[in-house]
Amino acid sequence: MTAAALIERDFAVPDIRCAGCIAKLEQGLVRDRRIAAARVNFTEKRVHLSCVPDAEMPDLIGAFTTLGFEAHPIGDALGDADPAAADSRELLRAVAVSGFAMMNIMLLSVSVWSGASGATRDLFHWLSAMIALPTIAYAGRPFFRSAWRALRHRQTNMDVPISIGVLITTGLSLFETATSGPHAYFDGVVMLLFFLLCGRWLDSVMRDRARGGVTALLRNMGTGAMVLGDDGKSRWTDATALEPGMVMLVAAGERLAADGAVLRGTSRLDLSLLTGESAPQLVRVDDRVHAGTLNLDAPIEVRVSAVGGDTALADIARLMGEAAQGKSRYVRIADRAARLYAPAVHALALIAFIGWMMVGAGWHHSLLIAVAVLIITCPCALGLAVPAAQIVAAGALMRVGVLIKDGSALERLAEVDRAMIDKTGTLTLGRPEARDLERLDPQLQSLALALAQASRHPLSEALTRGLQALDVARADVHLVRETPGFGVEAKWGDRVVTLGRPNDPVAGDALATQLSIDGALAATIRFADRLRPDARAAMDALRTDGIDVSILSGDRAAAVAPVARELAMTAQTGMSPQDKLAALARQSAAHKVLMIGDGLNDGPALAAGHASMAPGSASDVGKNAADCIFLGDRLMPVVAALRMARRTQAIVRQNFALAIGYNVIAVPLAFLGYVTPLVAALAMSGSSLIVVGNAMRLKRAIR
Amino acid sequence: MNGLALLIPIALGLGLLGLAAFFWSLRRGQFDDLDGAALRIFVEDEEEGAV
Repeated sequence: MTAAALIERDFAVPDIRCAGCIAKLEQGLVRDRRIAAARVNFTEKRVHLSCVPDAEMPDLIGAFTTLGFEAHPIGDALGDADPAAADSRELLRAVAVSGFAMMNIMLLSVSVWSGASGATRDLFHWLSAMIALPTIAYAGRPFFRSAWRALRHRQTNMDVPISIGVLITTGLSLFETATSGPHAYFDGVVMLLFFLLCGRWLDSVMRDRARGGVTALLRNMGTGAMVLGDDGKSRWTDATALEPGMVMLVAAGERLAADGAVLRGTSRLDLSLLTGESAPQLVRVDDRVHAGTLNLDAPIEVRVSAVGGDTALADIARLMGEAAQGKSRYVRIADRAARLYAPAVHALALIAFIGWMMVGAGWHHSLLIAVAVLIITCPCALGLAVPAAQIVAAGALMRVGVLIKDGSALERLAEVDRAMIDKTGTLTLGRPEARDLERLDPQLQSLALALAQASRHPLSEALTRGLQALDVARADVHLVRETPGFGVEAKWGDRVVTLGRPNDPVAGDALATQLSIDGALAATIRFADRLRPDARAAMDALRTDGIDVSILSGDRAAAVAPVARELAMTAQTGMSPQDKLAALARQSAAHKVLMIGDGLNDGPALAAGHASMAPGSASDVGKNAADCIFLGDRLMPVVAALRMARRTQAIVRQNFALAIGYNVIAVPLAFLGYVTPLVAALAMSGSSLIVVGNAMRLKRAIR
Repeated sequence: MNGLALLIPIALGLGLLGLAAFFWSLRRGQFDDLDGAALRIFVEDEEEGAV
C-alpha cells in the first residue's frame, strides 16, 4: 500500500453541526485501516477521504454509520473544476486586485488632494495611471464581457452604463494626466470597480453556497446498487456504471438505482416520490419497477432494463424543459432598474456636455463635467444594494433551514399571491408513521421497541421513532434474529416474541406490523402517512399573508379529502404531471403562483411556477427544479422564507430610494461643476456604505 | 523628491506583498471552509494512545 495508490472520494454529510462532529469524523474515520486521511469541510458539509482503491462504497458509508453519521457519496473528487465555483474564484481575484489598486491609488490621490502640485502631481497621476490601467483591464473584464453580450443582442443591462462610464472616464483621466491637468479620476474608476465587484462576488457566493447545500441533499447522485456477478458474488456498482441486463439486489429499505423488472421476490414499493400515491404498491416477479422508489418489505432481485433515460422520466424532462422557459424570461430587478437608469444617466451626461458647450466653456471643460456626472451617477450603490440585501437574507434563512438557490428566486418569491401545494411528502411527511402507539400496553410497547431497534426496515425505524418519542424503555430480550421479508424474532425470558408482517392482509393495503408472543397475536400496529406537525398553522399564516392556498395532488380523492378538510383547503386530485402543469398555467394568467412539491411528478409544475419550493426529502428532480429547499419536518420555514423575501424586497426598494435621493443631491452639484475627484470619492463610498448598512438590518429580521 | 523615490516603491511593494499573500492563501484553500475554521479551535488534538 503506497501513498500513490490512494484514491480520493467526496461524501456529503448533512449532519455535521459542531466542532465535536468535525473531531469525531476526522479522528474516527482514520481508525478504519482503509482510510488514510479525512478532511471535513464544514461550510459545504462535506468530507473528503483518501482511501485505498479496494475500499468498497458500502464499507466507506459503513465507516460513517458506525460513527453515527449518514453519508452520501457525491460524484468524484475531480468535481472541483465546475464552472460556477471557478467563476466566483475569478471574481474574488478581481476583487482583490481592484482592492489593492484602490488603496494604492487612494494613497497617491490623498497627496494630490492635500496640495501636491506641479511635477509631483504629474508624477502621482502617472503612477496612478500605471496602477489603474492594468487593473481596469483585468478587473473590468466581467463588466465589459457582459455589456458586450447585451449590446450584441441589442439589449441593455446594468453593465452597459458601467462599461461606458469606466471607459470614458479612464480615457479622459489619461488625457488630463498627459496634459498636466488637475482632474484625474483614476481613484474613482477603480473604487467603482471594487464596489461593483464586491456586489457581483456576493451574488455568486450566495449561489455557490446554496448549490453546495443542494448537492449535499442530492441523495441519488453517485449512489449505486449491489450487483450480482456471474460468479454468484455481489459487488457494489456505482449508479453510473449500471448497465441494462445487470441484476441488482435491493434490500428492504433501499431505493432502486435504476429501472427494471423484478426477477425474484415479492415486496411492496413506496412510489410516493414518483406519483404522489401514498399507498404502497405490491410488486411480483416480472413487474416493472422504477428508479427512485423505495423497497419496503423484502429483498428483491431486479434485472436492470433502462438506466437514466426511461420513457416516463424522459417525458417529465421534456415537460420541465418547456416549463422552465417561462421562468428564464424573468428579468432581475436590478436589470429592470437599469433599463430606465442607463438612458437617463447617459442623457444627463449628454445634456451637461451640450449645456456647458453652449455657455461657451470649451470642449475640455464640458467633457470634464460630463464625466463627473457619469461617475457620480454610476450605479455603484445599486450594484451593491441588491446583492448585499439578498445575501444577508439568504444567510439568515439558511440558519432556519431554507436554502435559496439564487437572488432572483428571492425576488420572485416576494411577488407570489397564490400557492399550489402537493400533498404526499409536502403537506404530509411522506413516510409511514406508527399510529395509536400510546394505546398499546406499556409491556408491549417496550417489547416492540426492543425488537424494532434490531432492524433497519423502514417500518421498524418508524416504530422506533414513534416509541422513543413516548419515552418507552426497551424490554430485555436476547437472541435477536432478523429474517428478511418476515420480521424480527427474539427470546424474552423463555418466551419467543416476534415482530413482523401480518399473516393475513389487514384492512386492505394499509401498512401494518404484528407483535406476537409465543405465536399468539398480541398487537397489530398500523402505519400511515401523517400531516407535518405545523401544517395547519403554516397554511393559516399563508392565508393571513394574503396568499390563496390549494392542494394539487396525484393521489386518489379519498386519500386527499381528509387532509383538505383538516387544513380547510380546496383540492384537485388524481392529477398527472401534465394536469398539474395545466392547472398552474391556468392560474398564472392572473396570478403569480408559488408551487410547493416534492415528487418527480411535481417536477414540471415546480419548473413552471413563478417561484417554487421543495422539502429536503424531495426527489432529486424536485430539488433540482425548485428555487428554494426547506429542511426538516416543519412547514413553517416556507412562511419564514416568504416573509423574508418580502422584507428583502422592501429593503431593496429602500436602497433604490436612497440611491435616487443621493443622485438628486449629487447630480446638480456635478452639473454645476462642483464635483472634483475628491467629492466623487467621498460620495461614492458614502452611498455604498449606507446601502450595505441598510441591507444588514435584514440579519435581525428573521426573529 | 528623494524620499518619494524610496517610499513609493516601498508602499507599492508592501501592497503587492499583501496581494500575493492573499492569492497564495486562496490557492491553498484557506477560504474554502470559513465556518469550519472558526470551529476547529475547539477540536482537541487526539493524544497518543487515547481511547
